[in-house]
Amino acid sequence: MKSRVGSALLTLFLAWLVCYPLLLTLREALGAPGWTLRWFAEFFRRPDEWQALWASIWISVATVVLAAGIGIPLAFLFERADFPGRRTLGILIALPVVLPPLVGVVAFLFLYGESGFFARAAMAITGRKEPPWRLAGAPGILLVHAYSMYVYFYLFTRAGLARLDNAYLEAAAALGAGKARILARVTLPLLRPALTGAALLTFMTSLSSFSAPYLFGGTFRVMTTQIVFSRLNGDNEMAMVETATLTAVALAGLFLLQRAEKKREVAGAIRGTPPARLRLKRGGAVAAAGWLLAIFLLLPHLTLLLVSFVPPGTWTIEAVPPVLNLANWASVFSQTERLRPIVNSLWMAAASTALALVLGFAAAYLAIRRRSAWRGPLETLVAIPWALPGTVFAVALAATFSRNAPWAGRFVLVGTAAILPLGYLVRNLPLTGRAAFAGLRQLDPSLEEAGASLGATPWRRLRRITIPLLAPALAAGASLAFLTALGDFVVSIVLYTFETRPISIEILSSLRMQDTGAAAAYGVLLAALSAAAFLFRSRRGQGESPPV
Amino acid sequence: MGDRDSARPNHKSQITNHKSFLVLDRLDKHFAGLHVTAEVSLSVVRSEIVALLGPSGSGKTTVLRLVAGFETPDSGKISVEGEEVTALPPEKRRFGMVFQHYALFPHLSVGENVAFGLESQGTPREETRSRVAEALAAVGLEGFEPRKTGEISGGQQQRVAVARALAPRPRVLLLDEPFSNLDPALRERTRRELKRIIRQVGITTLFVTHEQEEAFELGDRVAVLNAGRLEQVGTPEELYESPATRFVATFIGRSSVLPASSAGIGDGSDGDVVVRPEALRFAPGASPDALAGEVVGRRYAGRVAFFDVALEGGAVVEVLAPSNAVRVGDRVYVALNATGPAPQVFPKGSK
Repeated sequence: MKSRVGSALLTLFLAWLVCYPLLLTLREALGAPGWTLRWFAEFFRRPDEWQALWASIWISVATVVLAAGIGIPLAFLFERADFPGRRTLGILIALPVVLPPLVGVVAFLFLYGESGFFARAAMAITGRKEPPWRLAGAPGILLVHAYSMYVYFYLFTRAGLARLDNAYLEAAAALGAGKARILARVTLPLLRPALTGAALLTFMTSLSSFSAPYLFGGTFRVMTTQIVFSRLNGDNEMAMVETATLTAVALAGLFLLQRAEKKREVAGAIRGTPPARLRLKRGGAVAAAGWLLAIFLLLPHLTLLLVSFVPPGTWTIEAVPPVLNLANWASVFSQTERLRPIVNSLWMAAASTALALVLGFAAAYLAIRRRSAWRGPLETLVAIPWALPGTVFAVALAATFSRNAPWAGRFVLVGTAAILPLGYLVRNLPLTGRAAFAGLRQLDPSLEEAGASLGATPWRRLRRITIPLLAPALAAGASLAFLTALGDFVVSIVLYTFETRPISIEILSSLRMQDTGAAAAYGVLLAALSAAAFLFRSRRGQGESPPV
Repeated sequence: MGDRDSARPNHKSQITNHKSFLVLDRLDKHFAGLHVTAEVSLSVVRSEIVALLGPSGSGKTTVLRLVAGFETPDSGKISVEGEEVTALPPEKRRFGMVFQHYALFPHLSVGENVAFGLESQGTPREETRSRVAEALAAVGLEGFEPRKTGEISGGQQQRVAVARALAPRPRVLLLDEPFSNLDPALRERTRRELKRIIRQVGITTLFVTHEQEEAFELGDRVAVLNAGRLEQVGTPEELYESPATRFVATFIGRSSVLPASSAGIGDGSDGDVVVRPEALRFAPGASPDALAGEVVGRRYAGRVAFFDVALEGGAVVEVLAPSNAVRVGDRVYVALNATGPAPQVFPKGSK
């Protein structure tokens, strides 16, 4: 009885946090209280809106193709073949995924941009005064997307290959199928659910991508940037319509993803021994190529590090920076105003992660362990923010919490210190929630029942059995959530105030003021914190995991 | 429903038995509109071991979970020592439970697992330590306290689970398929070992199994469940020799089903007769009391063998006879063995 009330209250609260702002957005897009389709009609009349929508979709499709082209062959190489350094390299090439998007974009700018290392090198060699290329528009966006999102294909395909039972391949070989036929008729069809999952995840991530289009796009607009610019122009109704449209596209994507995931569960039942790794004859050559690739993948990180040591105003036309010292780092850590964004990001990320952890765990516990009728609603509410672009939520929260109407569940939070953590919280909810739901599903319920039959009260069972056993899963979800909040740019750019500006906003304003050194130093800091959280996560993941 | 109760008068009268320690009174449980248990009544006397035996889906595990308190019955009562516990949550019942997969806490050591129940009761630290040692010694695992649950064998895990359940001195011990996780070679030894421990402690025990052999060896009495209903409660001998229902007759032990009109075996009614293989013999020649048939199979079992005989009426019966009595393909005559258990006749269509 008590838990039923708890479930109902939690469902209500999550609906207020997740659904209510979205519904208010739709309401405003429809011009309430006047109720009109005028703004939607306007949207479909204006060619720039159409172009942005089309750009969002084709950029995402192209990203999927590029990411698959890089990720799938790499997965086969690392899962099926053996060569020196395979293990270390296998972890290294997953690293781009932990670089916060904005930091990755900035690093690419320093590296391949018109005043980046490669452009300067080309100018020095050819003796030209003009940069030979500009990293702008769709190619720039696609380059960054391919760099960061091939990892999804790489990881999904590797996992799929690892699960694939060798018996299928042997059965096909025994039936006289050659290698190509086995690949086409057995391996790839069995991998299809994993590949579909990766494709849709890449599509969704690309659809919500904001940093790359914002910094490289220029006049080339996609939906996420279009929304932010509409808001900046004071075109509020249009921003709402754009938000609603993007939401619709994303929900269609989620629908497809959930269908694909259902199929994946079937494939997940396949368990067995994977085939022995192929010892490559030219193992050394492959290893060398692999290390070259790793260096290429690590170049953005290294560039950031190098630029962070370049004092302001010392690097003008030289191919390599003439002076390197710790001036940027000293100023970041000694000036209060420069330290503030770091402190802001840390406390806001920590607070939102802690809250998301509590809410995610409570939702999972009530839904799964209490056989609640609210199970479906709770799980959906927790998952929704994952499916929708951050821009959508940022705009929806901004619209909802800029008015004071306590009886309608609306408060003025925009402009206060509470709005950014709230935005991060919504974004974090799926990360902690998914971990909690998955962890609890895997936890044998008889462990808690054993606790009960041994006289432990519900609270003691939670404290002594459930939480300790879920700790690895929860820690993994929490570190991912913390990392996302720490590096967030999408939500921050819509909701920040000067007082609560996070690191990402400070990076942007440093770039605007030509203070590349400080921007790089902040970027290195974010990347290092992210890598630390990533390593913590993979170390915990390997440690004590709950038995199935 | 009511007419079926009359078919087994023996278990209802036990409810009023004053020596009853654990009483299950007409337990009803539905899941999604489906009867999982229907009016299950059972009473267990102090220190008795009762096996809940039935095929999968018979509701035996649900009965155990109702007793443990993990499920709440839709109607019916459970009481122990005269105290009703139906509405009590599991942690207040003081029942020990051994789970099918043991459910040892993987993040705690063997000693911490066994201490868990004592700590729930607020037992002082010193006493906890000595009682943990005591419980582990009782199952033959002295000094296993610091071990991790993952690094001991399946048989040892099972014994830790038993020690953990017994350490808080529960009123009733519940075991859910306690041997299903062990490899067959280990089961028989573990069975004897477990029986010794339970006898030593003298605890009232209810356990679930789908293996007749386990139920017969470990249980003082066996409760046979089918489709959520209790078919019969009795000692192994009672169940085997005078089954109350056709289900019990065919589920317990080996048997063949023939039309009751079969000459010399049935009673001539239009029901079915259930007959044990040792109740049949090969007759030397044709006679009015013998049924003609052909031997179609033979399973060798040392000095004796089980012969499958296809009778002329179409039925196949199993006959226990010396292993060299007949050969596959022989024409034979099957008759009733006067010394074997009597065939049981059940009305047609009964379950």
